[in-house]
Amino acid sequence: MSTTSALGGVVRRREDPALIQGKGLFVDDVNLHGMLHVAFVRSPFAHAKITSVDTAAAQAMRGVRAVYTADDVRHLGLLPAQAAAVGRPLLADGEVNHMGEAVAMIVAETRAQAQDAVDAVEADYDRLPVVIDLKEALANTNLVHEGVESNTLITWTAPFGMEEDGLNELRAKIDGYKAQDDVVVVSLEMVNQRLIPVAIEPRSVVAEWHAGYQQMTVHSSSQSIGAVASSVAIMLGIPYNQVRGIAPEVGGGFGAKLALYADELLIPWAARELDTPVKYTETRREAASNTIQGRGWLGTATITGTRDGQVLSYEIDAICDLGAYCQDLTVAIPFLGVFVGSGQYAFDTRMQLDCVVTNKQTTDAYRGAGRPEAIYYIERIMDAYSREIGMDPAEVKMKNFIPSESFPGATSPVGFAMDTGDYAMNLQAMLDSPEYGAMKLARDELRSDGKLVGLGMSTYVEACGFGPSALVDLGFSWSGYGQPSAFNGSGLVRVNPDGTANVIIGTGPSGQGHQTTWAQIVSNELGIEMDKIRVTHGDTKDAPVTIGTFGSRSAAVDGSATFEASRKVREKAARIAADLLEASEADIQFADGGAHVAGSPDKRVEWAAIAEVAYQPHRMPGGEEGGLEAHAIFSPGNATWPFGSVACLVTVDPDTGDVSIEDWVSMDDCGNVINPMIVDGQIHGGIAQGVGQALFEEAIYDDEGNLLTAGLIDYPMVTAVDVPSFNLSRTTTPTDVNPMGVKGIGEAGTIGAAQTLVNAVVDALAPLGVKHVDMPMRPRRVWQAIQDAKASA
Amino acid sequence: MFPREFEYVAPSSLDEALGTLASNPGAKVMSGGMSLIPMMKLRLFSPELVVDIARIGGLDGIEDRGDHIAIGALVRHETTAASPLVQQHAAALASAAAWTGDRQVRARGTTCGALAHADIAADQPAAALALGATMVAASSGGTRDIAAADFFVDTLTSALEPNEILTEVRIPKSSGSAYDKLGRRGGHTDYAVAGAAAAVTMSDGTVSSAGVALTGVGTKPTIAAGSVEAIVGTDGSAEAIAGAVARATEGVTVLEDLYGSAEYKAHLAGVYVGRALEQAIAATG
Ligand SMILES: Cc1cc2nc3c(=O)[nH]c(=O)nc-3n(C[C@H](O)[C@H](O)[C@H](O)COP(=O)(O)OP(=O)(O)OC[C@H]3O[C@@H](n4cnc5c(N)ncnc54)[C@H](O)[C@@H]3O)c2cc1C
Repeated sequence: MSTTSALGGVVRRREDPALIQGKGLFVDDVNLHGMLHVAFVRSPFAHAKITSVDTAAAQAMRGVRAVYTADDVRHLGLLPAQAAAVGRPLLADGEVNHMGEAVAMIVAETRAQAQDAVDAVEADYDRLPVVIDLKEALANTNLVHEGVESNTLITWTAPFGMEEDGLNELRAKIDGYKAQDDVVVVSLEMVNQRLIPVAIEPRSVVAEWHAGYQQMTVHSSSQSIGAVASSVAIMLGIPYNQVRGIAPEVGGGFGAKLALYADELLIPWAARELDTPVKYTETRREAASNTIQGRGWLGTATITGTRDGQVLSYEIDAICDLGAYCQDLTVAIPFLGVFVGSGQYAFDTRMQLDCVVTNKQTTDAYRGAGRPEAIYYIERIMDAYSREIGMDPAEVKMKNFIPSESFPGATSPVGFAMDTGDYAMNLQAMLDSPEYGAMKLARDELRSDGKLVGLGMSTYVEACGFGPSALVDLGFSWSGYGQPSAFNGSGLVRVNPDGTANVIIGTGPSGQGHQTTWAQIVSNELGIEMDKIRVTHGDTKDAPVTIGTFGSRSAAVDGSATFEASRKVREKAARIAADLLEASEADIQFADGGAHVAGSPDKRVEWAAIAEVAYQPHRMPGGEEGGLEAHAIFSPGNATWPFGSVACLVTVDPDTGDVSIEDWVSMDDCGNVINPMIVDGQIHGGIAQGVGQALFEEAIYDDEGNLLTAGLIDYPMVTAVDVPSFNLSRTTTPTDVNPMGVKGIGEAGTIGAAQTLVNAVVDALAPLGVKHVDMPMRPRRVWQAIQDAKASA
Repeated sequence: MFPREFEYVAPSSLDEALGTLASNPGAKVMSGGMSLIPMMKLRLFSPELVVDIARIGGLDGIEDRGDHIAIGALVRHETTAASPLVQQHAAALASAAAWTGDRQVRARGTTCGALAHADIAADQPAAALALGATMVAASSGGTRDIAAADFFVDTLTSALEPNEILTEVRIPKSSGSAYDKLGRRGGHTDYAVAGAAAAVTMSDGTVSSAGVALTGVGTKPTIAAGSVEAIVGTDGSAEAIAGAVARATEGVTVLEDLYGSAEYKAHLAGVYVGRALEQAIAATG
């Protein structure tokens, strides 16, 4: 497929004036006449039988309109999910499986009344043994779900699709490598800890039932409003076109608002039961224990390689924490780790990811989703191996990269077709950059001053822009939500009679700037000025069916659909313009708000004039259909595979273990770039979230399954003051998967970041004998690593 | 995260506020609300009546009173941090205020509120202890002075009675004081994992008096009596400071929390006693 040149212009985000003035419309801003409010009674225990729930006192309280328990909603079934194995009841049914699980739902006239009634519900529990530790979960010491005979719900292996026999052969082959006497085997057990995805806007749902029309309107702060609307339709037993789903502004999602939640069904259900609008907005504490969490791997990574840097094999054996129930893509997230496998390298790779249930909140997609975990392990162990053999990590990488000649069309060692890549070129660009040079000099200078200073490096590749369309055939599909769509994108472009354009897309932003980027795509194709293009998203009433915003897919997939829809409109407009200008269709070009004949800029016609004809079909040339709009579905043949090289410089305070990031360089390659400023912004935020994981963030559960970090006071979230100013540069390797040549960039920053920082800290502490520091590298842990190294020296 | 029902009043005079407190035993004073409101929203604390003192006139000044400076009840963290008087005569407090929370919190929270709140990991209490501050507590029955050393009683518990308002804190002028901490997000960001303040007076090359205090390590901000004893009478040299560092947690109960083991916190207490003393002594020169 041919690729266009980069669109490439910095255009200021059109959505920002409303957002930064506090004038954006979010779900919690929706206030309907007579609207009722919801609060949930939540389990204080991680695992218990519910012996009784007495709601009488709560029912009798001022303003309380209804109190519901499992008995009221059991008939609605379990929460639908993709690739589910153990589904979640809408309200806990006989048993609670994680702290914060909803046991009863209160609907009252005010939010405060609903909250007061929560305290009046008497629930009794018989506590059960809890499963918190991942190794114990794997050993089935205790079971999370009675009747599910193993806590391990699924084991993902790689190479993908290889049967047990093949895997055994591979094991034997790797054992053969290990038995050679000229090789080193480097192995580390490392934690990729659970995180709480913190969006500025907590999740919120408002539902309104129009009894007269048998219609439901549901507003939800969702990354996939189509899935919400279709599941509500199924649950209520009404057709899809009787449900209108609206996701207005979404104040950050990071994957956590992709999953469908029980409250997204319960609120519409209650609105119909009570025939009154109902609202629920999570509190910050609920956002920590009721919204999905991310990551949660405990794994051992092993590299076997020669002393001169030739890696023979990579192995990872990890336990992945699913939490209590499988929600949306829960079991699929570790699979995305298999998708990227051993990253950019060409050596034999064996992976085994045992996915276990535990008595903790469900895990699901969090920025990067499976890929930061996988890249973390390979990049940490590559660094440890380089250190072990005393070679520059960049040199080791260069020796082991999948060669550029393999692209396009390389197959990764775990068996997936990749699009385009040139890893050596990208790494060399970073190594040659003045910023990287300065960083190396600074490291040497600080080191000679006696400072504990370290330079860390990581490269990454990710699979994103999901696609391929046929991913559904692997069992990941929205059909459980009543939306049998594949991993496609959708876009609709309409030029109005006055020459303005409407662009209606199925995917919506949660901060990514769709309003701006999509207008750029269409403006570039049609030559209509940006300010005459209106981009609409997030309302299933108008939107073409798509599956939502996640996995860095919006631009690559839905953007491509919009691009193709624009092309269709342009082709038709060219025919009309050719007729009006008495020129050949092939000579028509679009720019500056109209069409002109190539080489004769004054032979031109404005878009309004073209539209005028289009909307008066009797004036159209040769049997042309009326109207000036087109819809396109883009069905990608593959994911896109962006990549990059990252380095950072840190100093460590030897007395306290405090890590300071002194400098950061990132050389990313996401193919063609639509808006460089927006791409930079995505990388900034992405790196920050990776830094947060590396330095402070962790969802900490105690042995009883209490979430100790349920508020921001105990969950130190990364902010702008914690990160340096980033030096960002790019190489450009367009993808061949879509017509714009763009790859996803929403998650790349995160995927490249955490291990870069750990590698840097280990570089700083290596002279003391430290080989690894687990994340989060809070000062006490770094200090402890120094003490332990000193003690064993 | 919604408070239980409560009444709210915002009196415009101190007498009125004190009268209201006297007649409502379930009332709670609010100044900046930066700690009180979150606790109420979490329902950790549910007063029947909130007495907002923010509209009372005359409590928002920082005054030079000769041998001490007085900081009124409504002086915000950011004002304390930026005050030339505080920077000059109570540098430890200026730093502690500057490193309290984030910009929004510093713009609303008050120095006196941070003292009255008596959080185990708060910054300004350590500075007040080291500087030997005096708290002025008013009630409808009159006013009383409370020495900082007697003020921090236990976790989130000060010596104030429920019917009292801390109207000002008086800080003896010190030419040599400093505060340093390790924040929960590293550097000086966020509550203290551990921190220490020191204030020293040097005469003829000898430390004639000193205050050293810790925060973040135990159940309350506390004086490091061992360090004080170790440093007073010395020349303030590196060895002398090392002596004070070694005794940083003498008699102090050090507790583990999410941010560090007891061992680590005790170690940090020493590190920050050393850093604070070093800076404080240097400042006197
Ligand atoms: C996001 C955030 C970050 C923070 N980070 C830090 C930090 O890094 N370091 C730190 O030390 N603190 C931190 N804090 C806590 C905060 O700065 C202080 O506890 C707070 O500002 C106290 O002052 P206030 O005026 O807001 O008190 P309020 O919240 O109004 O009151 C706190 C308590 O003190 C009592 N009280 C207040 N004023 C008086 C008075 N004049 N007389 C009698 N009683 C009174 C109240 O009754 C209440 O019990 C943080 C707070 C937040 C919200």
